[in-house]
Amino acid sequence: MISIKNVSKWYGNFQVLTDCTTEVKKGEVVVVCGPSGSGKSTLIKTVNALEPFQKGDIVVDGISIADPKTNLPKLRSRVGMVFQHFELFPHLTITDNLAIAQQKVLGRSRDEARAKGAKLLERVGLSAHAAKFPGQLSGGQQQRVAIARALAMDPIVMLFDEPTSALDPEMVNEVLDVMVQLAHEGMTMMCVTHEMGFARKVANRVIFMDKGKIEEDCSKEDFFGSPRGERAQLFLSKILQH
Amino acid sequence: MGQYQWNWGIILEEVYGTGEYYYQWLITGLGWTVATALSAWVIALILGSLIGTVRTMPNKWLAGLATAYVELFRNIPLIVQLFLWFFVLPEVLPEQMGTWMKQDMPMPEFITAVIGLGLFTSARVAEQVRTGIMALPRGQRYAGQALGFTLGQTYRYVLLPMAFRIVIPPLTSEFMNVFKNSAVALAIGVTELTFQMRQITGEYAPGNPIEVMTMVSVIYLIMAFSVNRLMAFIERRTQVPGYISGGSK
Ligand SMILES: Nc1ncnc2c1ncn2[C@@H]1O[C@H](COP(=O)(O)OP(=O)(O)OP(=O)(O)O)[C@@H](O)[C@H]1O
Ligand SMILES: [Mg+2]
Repeated sequence: MISIKNVSKWYGNFQVLTDCTTEVKKGEVVVVCGPSGSGKSTLIKTVNALEPFQKGDIVVDGISIADPKTNLPKLRSRVGMVFQHFELFPHLTITDNLAIAQQKVLGRSRDEARAKGAKLLERVGLSAHAAKFPGQLSGGQQQRVAIARALAMDPIVMLFDEPTSALDPEMVNEVLDVMVQLAHEGMTMMCVTHEMGFARKVANRVIFMDKGKIEEDCSKEDFFGSPRGERAQLFLSKILQH
Repeated sequence: MGQYQWNWGIILEEVYGTGEYYYQWLITGLGWTVATALSAWVIALILGSLIGTVRTMPNKWLAGLATAYVELFRNIPLIVQLFLWFFVLPEVLPEQMGTWMKQDMPMPEFITAVIGLGLFTSARVAEQVRTGIMALPRGQRYAGQALGFTLGQTYRYVLLPMAFRIVIPPLTSEFMNVFKNSAVALAIGVTELTFQMRQITGEYAPGNPIEVMTMVSVIYLIMAFSVNRLMAFIERRTQVPGYISGGSK
């Protein structure tokens, strides 16, 4: 589904990504972790071409991102993304947040888009808030809306960039529950997260990044059993302390 | 110094030997002021929004061009710009066009003032709009594009609606400025409010400048106040429930 091949990226002289290679198969859940600044967000943003890269290629569902002929907006519309800070559109109601891209990008009618949005809103348990604005919801609620908004586009894969790290602790689970459910339904997912409980529960593979490199890329069992690298061990011991 | 002869009723008196009244002159002046300011504001708002938006686009060439535009129009004094448009441009244009501007262009003073004031103000509006866009969290742009919006759609549906809301207060100042700055149009002969004031106090009623100037000042104040109220109304109407500016970082 996603194939990342030898991707390197620089900001000026600073190399953020070094020769990253990995794959996410259909139906697979891959968790990406690693210390702050290791390039996790950058890597996941290259997958839907929000961040350009200078070397290598990424192929999503058979479409090459590096190919200049690729219609990037169209490709992005098929890849759902959820951000750390939700990024709902503050001037639109929840209903419109869910509908606008369906209408303007997929060309669905207003009624069709709203019906689809309402269904997804119900699924994340927020039907009662349809008429509200994002600023009137809690962080956890906003993030669930953001997931619903991405799902409304019928994505073939979902990307998550630390979806729970900006939330108050008591709201983390309501968002993780939605993600777990999604994983169980067979959604292909690539998640940057430090929620190791989530990883244990649903991940097929875990990728550990450090200083722009993919240092570990192994099955969940191997990763939690005995990560090979010293850095990964150290990292794991640190986050599992909490 | 002699005794000042107060005469607040002067405004209702006839301008000697013309059959017109002073208040009519002021109303004519007010009309030109409003026409100049509003027309210039339309240009400034459209062009300024465009230029300010372009300055935030990823294309370095376009953004650079827009920056040059802003610096050019923002940093030359308005009155100099008007003189350049009015006196210099017709001379440097190809002969036919120059002649047309000087002889056949309708209402040359007014048109020149509107364009000059409009472009000057557009550079300032562009700066405000750019600031508004830059004030939005970076993630908003990502979020729009991640949903499949093109760059244009991302601006149209995601960035600009919030950016404009954020910059309503500074745009209010610019809107008020355009009324005050329109007085400069008298330098190229637009018979706007300040022009009329100078004409009255200079030639026709030199004995009562204080009354006339006071009235004109009050008229400017009323215009500024109206703009202020209008913008406050728009701000209230477009307020986003639950949104605290800068709060959704
Ligand atoms: N626009 C940019 N210009 C220059 N450097 C950047 C830019 N964006 C990110 N970086 C740098 O690239 C590196 C990787 O950043 P990235 O956000 O991908 O890390 P991360 O692993 O997601 O970290 P975190 O856990 O803090 O989110 C960091 O050192 C960061 O400072
Ligand atoms: Mg990050």
